[in-house]
Amino acid sequence: MAKGLTRRGAMRAGAGVLAAGAVGAPMVHAQGSAGSLRFAFWDHWVPGANGALQQLAQRWGERNRVNMTLDFINTTGNQLQLTIAAQAQSRSGHDGISLLPWDPGTYANQLEPVDDVMGRLSQKYGQVNPIAEFLAKRGGAWRGVPATSGTQTKPALARFDLLQQHAGLDIRAMWPARNERGPGSDQWTWDTFLRAAEACHRAGVPFGLPMGQFTDAVDWVGALFASYGARLTDERGNPTVRNNQELRQVLDYAVRLSRFLPNDVWAWDDASNNRALISGRSALIFNPPSAWAVAKRDAPQVAENCWTIPMPSGPRGRFLAYLPYVTGIWAFGRNKNAAKAFLEFITERENAEFTSTFSQGYDIPPFLSMADFRVWETEGPPVGTIFNYPLKPHHQASYSIAFSPAPPDLAQQMYIQALNTKLIARIAQGNESVDAALGWVEREINNMRRG
Amino acid sequence: MADGSTLAMPAASAPAGSLQRFARRRSTIAFLMTLPLILVIFGLVAWPAGYAMYLATLNRRMTEFIGLGNFEILLDSETFRMVIFQSVFFAVTAVILKALIGFWLAHMLHHIPTKGQRKWRGMLLVPWVIPPALSTLGWWWMYEPSYSSLNWLLAIFAVPPVPWLGEPWWARISVIIVNVWYGAPFFMIMYLAALKSVPEQLYEAAAIDGATSWQRLRYVTLPMMRNIISITVLFSLIVTFANYDIVRVLTNGGPRDLTHVFASYAFQVGILAGNIPRGAAVSLFMFPILAVIAFFVLRGINKRNREEA
Repeated sequence: MAKGLTRRGAMRAGAGVLAAGAVGAPMVHAQGSAGSLRFAFWDHWVPGANGALQQLAQRWGERNRVNMTLDFINTTGNQLQLTIAAQAQSRSGHDGISLLPWDPGTYANQLEPVDDVMGRLSQKYGQVNPIAEFLAKRGGAWRGVPATSGTQTKPALARFDLLQQHAGLDIRAMWPARNERGPGSDQWTWDTFLRAAEACHRAGVPFGLPMGQFTDAVDWVGALFASYGARLTDERGNPTVRNNQELRQVLDYAVRLSRFLPNDVWAWDDASNNRALISGRSALIFNPPSAWAVAKRDAPQVAENCWTIPMPSGPRGRFLAYLPYVTGIWAFGRNKNAAKAFLEFITERENAEFTSTFSQGYDIPPFLSMADFRVWETEGPPVGTIFNYPLKPHHQASYSIAFSPAPPDLAQQMYIQALNTKLIARIAQGNESVDAALGWVEREINNMRRG
Repeated sequence: MADGSTLAMPAASAPAGSLQRFARRRSTIAFLMTLPLILVIFGLVAWPAGYAMYLATLNRRMTEFIGLGNFEILLDSETFRMVIFQSVFFAVTAVILKALIGFWLAHMLHHIPTKGQRKWRGMLLVPWVIPPALSTLGWWWMYEPSYSSLNWLLAIFAVPPVPWLGEPWWARISVIIVNVWYGAPFFMIMYLAALKSVPEQLYEAAAIDGATSWQRLRYVTLPMMRNIISITVLFSLIVTFANYDIVRVLTNGGPRDLTHVFASYAFQVGILAGNIPRGAAVSLFMFPILAVIAFFVLRGINKRNREEA
């Protein structure tokens, strides 16, 4: 008994048990599953929309015996951006993460190329949205898979009753919930838009177009610039500001338009335009259907009179503001093959449709062939209100993102610094001459290119 | 015996003895006891500061050393020069207003009978206690471009609505108002503590000499409070220069970057625009200037303390 159990003996035995446990752990793990994956996705605005990814992850995890953990991180207070930056700096964190539009370029060196995944998906579903490709490809390689969840366009979300009453435009006839154009759609230009803006302003329901530094403002102004062919730089990032007649033309237009907007649009954030529409104070905003979805809950009488139509066209065509999310796989992740397989799975057509339907049609899939999901036909009231939310062939339009075709490094800075809205604000609000404002923007661009 | 044993052991016990002596030295014990704090300061202050300085010397891709290149680029930018102006205007105006209002409030409180003073002190400290991001959100609702409650109140008196956040100067003033509202209680409580420590005999002597209330303030109160005023102003200046949340919540730097301060601009350039080295350079821009100010203020305080001692 005296030798039964000494302190040293107990310690030795304990250490042995721990060592056996540690050595044995991977074995046990391997028998039960093919490892684990941890993804961080953007926390969706639309209530319950995260459920789609959760269900898909569960289904895929069970099928492939992978333990899946999904975290949803919101962009309020730039939480997602901070998480991405922190993980990139510390080279640790999730296996994969939702990236904001310009992030694939910024973190390209730390992202696992996914050409194999995109190759197989493209073979099945055809052309990827060109803007998504512009943003997600760097050095000829895909740095992430363009996502369905969170990806949005920003067409005109308009009150058809107010536009009919004050501007004489029957937008439901112009852009019906069918794959065809109606009478008057050819006249849906920025000039018509200006006249309607003036009429609605006079009637006390001005268009709610933000002109500040948030994405809604930068995006719609970016599409306006594109439809006038107004570029601030060329593909190499050289400023193309001097003697740029298109730029002067669009600035002249934007300044005239700004006179018919609420006088505080220079301080509007991404929620201000939604509030303007939902409160019944505005006849038109450029936004995804989230504003309509909230109106459906909080102001049904407003939602019932909403109709989504394409953006107006300009001298160089019609463009639709597009803001994609891209899901990237960190190069320092531990289970990259499984991560790729999971991303491929959630991007397949039926799963993309599942995701989009869960978000009440908010989410836009990355492949052009997927613009025909039923959710956009069936959502209402009024039924068909978001039929024209994704870009469709009969819109005769192109997707756009502000400041393309500048190199992503530069475009990102111009986008975040909202050079396009500030340029307009300098003239319209700051009373600067066009020449002075253009001189300023040229100097800013040159400075951004340095270092 | 005692001598013999002591002499017989020197070779074996000398190192242990010196180690023991070293371990027993008061400075060693003091160092060991402060070591956890030193490690915390190194990990949470010195290391991040040093790393930020290192980052500020890299190019955008963080692949090349460019020395002070980021600072040079920043100084060439009109937007950044505007940020410097705005930051200085914001910090100096806000600190002066906070100091004046805090001083006035401290005086008012000092003259309230002790019984009621605690209630007022508690109530006046509330703005300082609420997390600024939360209270700023409340202010934002009051300033909100379209549905401002302040404008609603003004409308009752037939005053036209004010574009609190939409017009540059109103936006600048709005940001300063919130910072003053938040920071004045700190000055108040510091000044109140200083006022309470001024010996009553000095005021009695001044009263016997026939000093007016202004003269009592000028020649008794202010000199006695000089050190605490210096420290408070310095501390507040540093904190106000580093302010981020008020601008971020209220204006996000707009309109036209006219309300950006160093911290909000650093975040925009560094994190959002993906240029971390330049963002680090923005955030470090005031460091040398504030360090020099801090050096002179603290030196002045030490000098006065030595004179008084």
